[in-house]
Amino acid sequence: MSSIRDAGVEGSRVASGLDVLSKDVTQYVTVYIADQLFGLPISRVHDVFMPETMTPVPLSRTEIAGVLNLRGRIVTAIDMRCKLGLADLENAGNRMAVGIDYKGESYGLIIDRVGEVLNLSIAEREPNPVNLDPRWAAISAGVHRLEGTLMVILDVDSVLLSMGEAIAA
Amino acid sequence: MQGARMDDLLLEFLTETNESLDVVDAELVKFEQDPNNAEILGNIFRLVHTIKGTCGFLGLPRLESLAHAGETLMGKYRDGCPVTTQGVSLILLSIDRLKAILADLEASGSEPAGDDQDLISELERIALAADGVEEPAAEEAAPAEPVAELEPEPAREVRVGEVPLDELDRIFAETESDYDAEAAAKQQMEEALAEVKAATGDAPADEASAAPDAPPEPVNAAAPKAEANPAPAAKLGAAAEAKPAGEKSLASQSIRVSVDTLENLMTMVSELVLTRNQLLEIVRRHEDSEFKVPLQRLSNVTAELQEGVMQTRMQPIGNAWQKLPRIVRDLAGELGKDIELEMVGAETELDRQVLDLIKDPLTHMVRNSADHGLELPADRAAVGKPEKGTIKLAAYHEGGHIIIEIADDGKGLPTQLLKNKAIDNELYTEAEIERMSEAQIHKLIFHPGLSTAAKVTNVSGRGVGMDVVRTNIEAIGGTIDLKSKEGDGTVVMIKIPLTLAIVSTLIVESSGERFAIPQLAVVELVRAQKDSEHKIETIRNTPVLRLRDKLLPLSPLSHLLGVESPTEGSDTIGEEGFIVVMQVGNQTFGLVVDAVFHTEEIVVKPMSSMLRHLSMFSGNTILGDGSVIMILDPNGIANAIGSAIDSEVAEKAKAQEAVTVTSEAQSVSLLVFRAGGKEPKAVMLSLVTRLEELQAEAIETANGRHLVQYRGHLMPLVKVNEDMEIRTSGTQPMLVFADEHRSMGLVVDEIVDIVDEVLDIEVTSEKPGLLGSAVIKGKATEVIDVGYFMPLAFDDWFMMKDSGSVSASFDVLLVDDSSFFRNMLAPVLRSAGYTVTACSDAHEALELLDEGRQFDAIVSDIEMPGLSGYEFTTQVRKDSRYAHTPIIAMSAHATPAAIEKGRSAGFSDYVAKFDRTGLIAAIKEQTSEVELAA
Repeated sequence: MSSIRDAGVEGSRVASGLDVLSKDVTQYVTVYIADQLFGLPISRVHDVFMPETMTPVPLSRTEIAGVLNLRGRIVTAIDMRCKLGLADLENAGNRMAVGIDYKGESYGLIIDRVGEVLNLSIAEREPNPVNLDPRWAAISAGVHRLEGTLMVILDVDSVLLSMGEAIAA
Repeated sequence: MQGARMDDLLLEFLTETNESLDVVDAELVKFEQDPNNAEILGNIFRLVHTIKGTCGFLGLPRLESLAHAGETLMGKYRDGCPVTTQGVSLILLSIDRLKAILADLEASGSEPAGDDQDLISELERIALAADGVEEPAAEEAAPAEPVAELEPEPAREVRVGEVPLDELDRIFAETESDYDAEAAAKQQMEEALAEVKAATGDAPADEASAAPDAPPEPVNAAAPKAEANPAPAAKLGAAAEAKPAGEKSLASQSIRVSVDTLENLMTMVSELVLTRNQLLEIVRRHEDSEFKVPLQRLSNVTAELQEGVMQTRMQPIGNAWQKLPRIVRDLAGELGKDIELEMVGAETELDRQVLDLIKDPLTHMVRNSADHGLELPADRAAVGKPEKGTIKLAAYHEGGHIIIEIADDGKGLPTQLLKNKAIDNELYTEAEIERMSEAQIHKLIFHPGLSTAAKVTNVSGRGVGMDVVRTNIEAIGGTIDLKSKEGDGTVVMIKIPLTLAIVSTLIVESSGERFAIPQLAVVELVRAQKDSEHKIETIRNTPVLRLRDKLLPLSPLSHLLGVESPTEGSDTIGEEGFIVVMQVGNQTFGLVVDAVFHTEEIVVKPMSSMLRHLSMFSGNTILGDGSVIMILDPNGIANAIGSAIDSEVAEKAKAQEAVTVTSEAQSVSLLVFRAGGKEPKAVMLSLVTRLEELQAEAIETANGRHLVQYRGHLMPLVKVNEDMEIRTSGTQPMLVFADEHRSMGLVVDEIVDIVDEVLDIEVTSEKPGLLGSAVIKGKATEVIDVGYFMPLAFDDWFMMKDSGSVSASFDVLLVDDSSFFRNMLAPVLRSAGYTVTACSDAHEALELLDEGRQFDAIVSDIEMPGLSGYEFTTQVRKDSRYAHTPIIAMSAHATPAAIEKGRSAGFSDYVAKFDRTGLIAAIKEQTSEVELAA
C-alpha cells in the first residue's frame, strides 16, 4: 500500500496523513494510466495492490482482465487501459491495481502505477473539456489543473456502471 | 426504542406461533386416526392453549377468541367425548384462519379487522353436540372452562389497563430470567416441576399485578403436569417451547439464532478453510518448518469447526414433510379416497437451503400421488388391492447425497395416455413414440405441457407440474427419476446434494487454464488415445466418440469458451485427450479437456455482477493454492453444445437401442460409400439412379469442370468434397443421379455396401451437402444431401426445369411428419421445377391453407401423428377453394385397399413413398388435368 512518490506533482498540496480536511477539499489517490494522471476520491479506494496470478474469465468482456484472490476475497479486475481504449502496457508485470467496492462487490481497477495522495479544493475543479474523447468523458467527473500536469477525476461509479449497462444491453 | 422492542416481541410471537400451528396440524391428523391417544391430544391442547394465552397477553382479541373456541372443543375431546371427522376438520379450519390472521399481522403489524363468529359458533355448537347428554357434559366441561376463562384475564387487564410498554418489557425481562431458572430446574425433572411452577409463579408476582392470578389455577386443575406448562408459556413463547421439549427429552435445549448469523458464520468458516488450505500448501513447500505441528492442529480444529457450522445448517428433512399429513388428509376428503401417508427417515438431515428448495416440489409430488396416482377405494377393491391407498415417503443418505423416494401403490402411469398426449401435443411423432421404451414414455411426464390427469382438478392436472418439479430439482444440482408399473404404482426418486455451499468438483485444464466441473454432472472420464479402443473420430470436423455402441457428441472445452491455446493454433482436435462424459438432464455429451487433475471440495462463491451474464459459469472459488478458479455450469455447457444434440435427439438415440422387429417397416436401403476420408458416407439408395464405374481415361476436363461422355450426353462430375481426387487411371466409381433431362455423376472413392437400416440422424449438420450423421452398421456415417450436389453439376439445374414443361410458378405443398422424407422429397420436387413448401404435420398445413395460401398441388403422407393423411384430405376438400386442388397421397403401403380408401377420402392420386419419378409424374399429370379443366 505504499504510494510511489512522483517528482512531477510534488507541491504544497501533498496530503499529510490523517489531517482533518475542510469540506471544500477532496482527497484524491492519484494513479497513472499511460502517462495520464487520474485521481480517485480516497473514500472510494479500499486498497492498492499488485495484481498477481490473475485468472482470466473466458467469454467475458475484453475490459475484464480476470478474477483474483485478494486476501480471501474474489476481486473482478478491470483493465483500465482497455476501458479507455489504450494500448496494453508493455511491461505488464509491474502493473498496480486499486481495490474498490461497488454495490457490495469487490473490483480492482488495473492501472500502470500509483502516484501520491493530493488534497484538492473542490472550487478548483473544472468540467470536462467538451472535446474530450467520449469514452473518457463518460468516466471523468472533471479535471484539476495541477502544476505542469492535468489530473482527470476518475468517476469510479461511472466506470462500473457503464460496464454493467453494457451487459444489460 | 419501545416500538422496536414491541416488534421484536411480535416477531418472536409470530415465529413461535406459526411453528406451533404447524405442529398442531400434524398432530391433529395423527389424533384423528388415533383418537384414544391422550398424549397427542394433550400435546395439541397445550399448544393451542399456549397460543391463546400469548395472544391474550399481547392484546390480540381476534386470535385469542378463536383459539379459545378451538381449545374448548379440544377440551371436550380430552375429556372423553367421541372424536368426529367433522370436529377435527373444523379445528383444522380454525387453525387455517389463525394462520391467515397471523399472516396479516406479520404484514401489517396489527390484527386485521374481521369476525370469526362463523367458526366460533360452529366450534361451540360441535362442542355442545360432543357432550351428547346434557348433564354429564356440563360437569365434564367444567375443568376445562376455568382454565380457559381465567387464563386470558391477565391479558385483558394488560389490554384494558394499558400497561405501559416499559412495564411489559420488564415483565418479559423477568420471565426470561425465569426461563433460566426453569432450565436449571429441568435437570431435576419431575420433582423439580413444583419448583418450576413456583419460580414462574413468583417472578411475575413481584411486579405484574395481574400475573399472580395465573399460577394458582394450574395447581388447582385436575392434571397438574399438563397444566403447569401453559401458565409460564402464556407469558413467553420461549419458555413454552422449552417446557414441552424438556418433557420429551432431557437434553434438547435450544436457542434461536437468526439464519443470517449462521450464513455469516458459514462464510467465515469457508474463508478459514481456504486460508488453512493455503497455509498447508506453503508449509508443504518447506520441509522442516516449525509451523508444521501447530498448523496440523489448526487444520484439525478448522475441520471440526467446519463440520460444526455445517451441522447448524442441517435440518431433518421431516421439517419439509411437516405439512404433508394435513395436505394428504384434506386431499383424501376432497377426492373421496382413503390414503395413508407413511414417512420413513424423517430424521435424515440436509442443508436448510436445500430443504427450502425441495419443499414445494415434494408437496407437489405427494399431491400428484394422491390425486392421480391412487385410485378410488371402489376401484382399488375391484383390482384386489386394499381400499386404503398408501403413499410412502422415504429419505436416506447415500454418498454425499440424499435420496428421497415418493412411492404410491396406485395405478401407475398410464402409458397409452401418455403416448396419446405426447402425440396430440406434437412432442413426438407416432413413429417416434412407437420406438420408445416404456421407461422413456414414463419420463414424458417431465415434459412441459403434459399432464396425465384426464381433467383439470383443483388439486392438479394443469400440466405445469412435473416439469416444474424437475426444473426445481435440477436447479439445485439434483436429479429426478421415476419407475412405474401400470397397476402397481409409481416411485419417484430424487437425488440431491446435501448442501449447496460446498460442492465436490473435478478440476480440469483447458488451454492452460483450470476450471472446476461439479462432480454431480460428471458420469465418467474417458482417456482417448490413438490406436486405443476410445479414439476421437470426426465427421466434418465434428468430433464424436464411440462409447459402448453409442455415438457421443464431443466438444472441446476450449472451443466452448472461445479460448484457443496459442500452441495448437489450428482448430482441428487431435485424436487424443481427456473426455469428461457429462449428463445434464437427458443430454449426454463429452467435454474434451487437456488434463484432468483431481477432485476438490470447493466453496462456491457468486461471481460479481459483471460476470453473472456468462451462462457457462455458475460461480468461482479460491483453490487451496490461493488461485481463483471458475466453476463451469453444466446446464450452461449443455445449452451451448447446442440444438444439434438436444435432448430429443438423445432420447431418440436411446429409443433406437430398443428398436424391435415391428419397426423394420421404417428401415430404408442405404448406399454406403467412401469419398474423401475414411469416414463412411451414405445416401438413400432410392435417390440413386445407377452405380457406375467408368474408365478414368474417359474423364475429360472442360472449363475447369470434370465431364464424362455418358449414354450419348455429357455428364458433369461432382466431388463429394474438395479433399478427394478424381482418378486419372483405372476405374472411377460414381453414383449417377438422373432425371428425365440430365444426369450427374457424384464421384466417390469406393462403394462399400448397401444396407437396410433404420435411419436415425443423430447429429444434424449445418454443413452444406450433409443431412447429418447416423450410426450405420455400428459406424458413425455422414448422410449426404443429394439436393445440394445437383446445382453444383448444373448451375441452371433448377432454372432449366422452370423453363421446361412445367410452368414456372408451380407451388407444391408437401406434408410429411418425417423430417428425413421432407429433406429428401423437397429437393427432388425442387429439382423438378416446383416451388416447395414443407409442413411437418396436417395441422400446420391446414393453417397455411386457411390463411389462403394457394398451391397447385398438395403431396401428403398418409401415416402422420394427429391428423392422418385421409383426415387431412377430407378437411381440405371441405373448403371450396381447394375442392379441385390435386392432392397426391404418399404411403409406404400402396395396397389396392389403401388406394381405394385414399380415393374415397378425396386424394387425386396415390403413389408409393419411394417412387420419385412416379410422384413427379403424378404431380405433372394432375396439374395438367387441372390446367386443361381450367
